[in-house]
Amino acid sequence: MTNNDVIEALLSVRDPEIPTISVYDMGIITNVDVRSDDDVHVTMTPTFVGCPAIDVMRSDVEAAVRALGVTHVTVDVNFDEPWTTNRLTEAGRAALLKHGLAPPEQFDTLTLKLDVLNNVACPYCGSRDTDLKSPFGPTLCRSLHYCNACLQAFEGFKPV
Amino acid sequence: MNTAALADLCYRMADDELVLAHRHSEWTGLGPILEEDIAFSSIAQDKLGHAQALYAIMHELCGEPEPDTAAFMRNAEHMRCSHFVELPIGEYDFSLVRHFLFDVAEYVRWTALSQSSVEPLAKLARKIHGELKYHLYHAQTWMVQLGAKGNEESHARMQSALREAWPYALGMFEPGNHEQALIDEGICIGEAATQERWLAMVAELLAPSTLDVPSTADAQFGGRKGYHTDHLQPMLDEMTEVYRLDPSAEW
Repeated sequence: MTNNDVIEALLSVRDPEIPTISVYDMGIITNVDVRSDDDVHVTMTPTFVGCPAIDVMRSDVEAAVRALGVTHVTVDVNFDEPWTTNRLTEAGRAALLKHGLAPPEQFDTLTLKLDVLNNVACPYCGSRDTDLKSPFGPTLCRSLHYCNACLQAFEGFKPV
Repeated sequence: MNTAALADLCYRMADDELVLAHRHSEWTGLGPILEEDIAFSSIAQDKLGHAQALYAIMHELCGEPEPDTAAFMRNAEHMRCSHFVELPIGEYDFSLVRHFLFDVAEYVRWTALSQSSVEPLAKLARKIHGELKYHLYHAQTWMVQLGAKGNEESHARMQSALREAWPYALGMFEPGNHEQALIDEGICIGEAATQERWLAMVAELLAPSTLDVPSTADAQFGGRKGYHTDHLQPMLDEMTEVYRLDPSAEW
């Protein structure tokens, strides 16, 4: 059993709110510790503190590691390494786009300004002639936008 | 570590977050426009998350009850929230003003807590910081929109809501019973310093709204000692009704 075996298994665990992306590509897995073939510790962190999907994802992660034949699986949820959208993998960004969600831009955590929310690239036509309609969307991690080029409303995955 | 002092701080903060989360959620389905309905619901969900994380810290570090028990099994006299968060949602102008004044305070508090000597609190603070920017952005946008870019009526209503909210907002900074211990141990910066930073930030963010910062210094105290308005208990009864039917139920 190697870390890669566990990560491979986690690539099959989907975010229940955005089923095109895995928990691994979302960047919420902060540590994988294979102590023996029969003892694996996984650490994860929620996207938002109040994310209602975290319990489901925790038990899905545990089940996926168990399915590798591991009897002792420990899944810890903590804020030791806080999630930011910079933790999304490239595959994760592509998966968000596939779901019709504009992926967040990379940013410097210390200087996050919310003007990055204006002129987000439209996931449908790629235009940056877009407006932020609301910083809050259907889930805590999404914002609402409108594209002036293709005249469609779309959602963005907001940088945090 | 002074666990009694830490628990007191966490109860004050968590109870504020929990009660205001419930108040904000009362706009779900009733917001004046769909985006605002969603915004207040999302902000409520974030605040609930913050409350839960604080109750979890108290449970782990101070031996207080489990988060669900702490949140749902206390009556008004055991709550440590400020009167500000207990007030009914009122008209949308009042809810927006409360959202603005509370979230500036929350931002100031959590920013300072990122330097707390209590490591789990500091870690949580650094995590929450990113979320609060969205709350502040939303709140300030509406203060400016209705204060400076609306019409005479919107300006007058926002100014009047600010005046009405102000003494209650000042009540958020009522000290708890362990103020000096919290400061001495580096757990937090204390209420006086928090209020000072809050006032400065409120003035700065309100400037483009053309709304006046009220000057009264009368503060509505009592909540941090367990004395509450008549609005709190009925709200708690409603919020906890299902939970109390069977506190041992697995959800």
